[in-house]
Amino acid sequence: MSVNWSKYSAPMAFYPLAGRLIPWFAVVAVVLMGVGLYMGFFVAPTDFQQGESYRIIFVHVPAAWMSMFLYVVMAIWAGVGMGLNARLSFMMAQAIAPTGAMFTFLALLTGAMWGKPTWGAWWVWDARLTSELILLFQYAGVMLLRTSIDDMRRADRSSAVFSLVGVVNVPIIYFSVQWWNTLHQGASVSMSTGSKMAATMLMAMLIMTVAFWLYSIAVILARVRCIVVERDSLPVWDEKPAVIQEAVEAR
Amino acid sequence: MNRSSMWEAVSGIVKRDLLLAMRRRSDAAMSVFFLVIVASLFPLGVGPEPAVLRTIGPGVLWVAALLACLLSLSRVFTADYVDGSLEQMVLVPQPLAVLVAGKVFAHWLISGLPVVLLSPLLGLQFGLDGEPLGVLALSLLLGTPTLSMIGAIGAALVLGVRGSGLLVALLVLPLYVPVLIFGAGAVTGSMAGVGGEANLSLLGACLVLSLFLAPWATAAALRIALE
Amino acid sequence: MLQAVGLSCRRGERRLFSDLNVKVEPGTLLAVVGENGSGKTSLLRIFSSLLPPEEGSVLWDGQDIHQLKELYAGQLTYLGHLNGIKDDLTPLENLMSATSLAGEPCSNNGAKEALEAIGLKRPIHHLPSKVLSQGQKRRVTLARLWLSTRPLWLLDEPFTSLDAASTNVVTQRLLAHVQRGGLAVLVTHQEVALPAERLQHLRLVG
Repeated sequence: MSVNWSKYSAPMAFYPLAGRLIPWFAVVAVVLMGVGLYMGFFVAPTDFQQGESYRIIFVHVPAAWMSMFLYVVMAIWAGVGMGLNARLSFMMAQAIAPTGAMFTFLALLTGAMWGKPTWGAWWVWDARLTSELILLFQYAGVMLLRTSIDDMRRADRSSAVFSLVGVVNVPIIYFSVQWWNTLHQGASVSMSTGSKMAATMLMAMLIMTVAFWLYSIAVILARVRCIVVERDSLPVWDEKPAVIQEAVEAR
Repeated sequence: MNRSSMWEAVSGIVKRDLLLAMRRRSDAAMSVFFLVIVASLFPLGVGPEPAVLRTIGPGVLWVAALLACLLSLSRVFTADYVDGSLEQMVLVPQPLAVLVAGKVFAHWLISGLPVVLLSPLLGLQFGLDGEPLGVLALSLLLGTPTLSMIGAIGAALVLGVRGSGLLVALLVLPLYVPVLIFGAGAVTGSMAGVGGEANLSLLGACLVLSLFLAPWATAAALRIALE
Repeated sequence: MLQAVGLSCRRGERRLFSDLNVKVEPGTLLAVVGENGSGKTSLLRIFSSLLPPEEGSVLWDGQDIHQLKELYAGQLTYLGHLNGIKDDLTPLENLMSATSLAGEPCSNNGAKEALEAIGLKRPIHHLPSKVLSQGQKRRVTLARLWLSTRPLWLLDEPFTSLDAASTNVVTQRLLAHVQRGGLAVLVTHQEVALPAERLQHLRLVG
């Protein structure tokens, strides 16, 4: 059986498809999130060094992964939109930004909650946290640029250029912040628990990651549907005859 | 089109922008004054303790230079956008990215280079001396062109957009983070006696990368703004 | 030959025109007329390749201008409704920097002759442009037409704020251009005094 995928690249065709998919992703996301949180908070063993407070990583680490991953996905859609001049791609990029920013914020919030008992401070200039903070600024930049431009086409394309610039910048920032951190000998306890992770811990974290993935897909599809309605319900004035060509005299 | 006419167009742009800056010298002087004032405010804020000033000096001077660069960004394209010369620049038989690089270079000569030249003097205010002073000037020499290159992308993106002054700061400042880290790190490293070479090399790498990538992004942003 | 095939243009929520087809042969001038807001300037910007059309394409000698890119830019002189004049530069400097940017650098004397041809006397050449009147600034911009060897001219309201004598001079220049086999597209509210066989009208209905 062959499916004509290109048919779904038109926003109006995509709309009903997305509508059918959203409930599935949403339900599975909720179930997995329940399982993952249960395993993380009740099944996984207590950490001998950090006690119970480490359990926040079952939210923190997947959120941080998602925040970076979604930025890259957003930039890819932006790039596809620029390359193929496809409206749906720009809509996808537009829909991803708020979810990405939300996960970035969640990663920062949980990082601070973890930092208080571990480092004794809500905020330390840990390399990963600082990179997340700057990532949040970049998400904010993409969204602000879009909302301050009235012309939809220019808004799409300008924010696409900025997302693409940002995606080059994210690894450089990450590297530079880490470099800066080693110079200044910041916090020595890192959040990545690394090699000695129990199987149940890893399992819980993976389940949470998949749950966040599915949640993102559901939310983003729902948002794209809203964007489609918003944009295509704008009136296009098209009631007049096209052009009248006068007197084309040949020599 | 051949290389000589490309060179002619680029040098034409640089000459015109320098001539314009000569006619309006106060514009060029402003970012330098800004730098001096900001740098002078810090000792007034944190107190005249020499040890403290020496510690914060590299960071303060770099942040001040970064802000001075940011403030001058609106001058790169706005006037040309308003009076229509930008349209002419886009419609020439030369690659736009190359012309953009020329324009950013002229902008750096006007607002970046004075900052570099003045920086050793400001370093003295913060108790820097000897090698760190040289490293400060060198790090700014490598870093400020990168700031101009990256800033031009933001300046092009916000052309004609409401609230563009504040918006360009929000877009560009996060992108400035690596340059700030390497630049201030070079001076701090030289003060601590470990030398600034590693940081300076990284600054150089940033400059090369921005020279290759930023003009293309800026050109794309300009085309979008002129549609 | 310049050709528009099935052009449509939309600005924001307004469709300006759709399925527009027009052909400009060498040696002729297309005058685009129509009321304000009918999309005349947008059409000219589409012809200049500044604005991509929503649908359709513009062909230069049978090739899409968005594929020709810089090669197409080498064929045209575009003067928009903005003058592109720097207030701090003199008319002479403005003209010379504009032509060198366009890739057609001219000598000091060439620029002076062009400015005189359009009726700007020598003393004016060395004043800062900010003291010039609107009409004089417009003439500094239009002086480029005397230095352009490009086959295609795209002019947005060239006669705005010009007096009768200057309008006449510019019209003569346009006539010489099309007689040499050049093409021109004009957005205008005024009648262009060219022989009928050289002139084609396109009326956009707003």
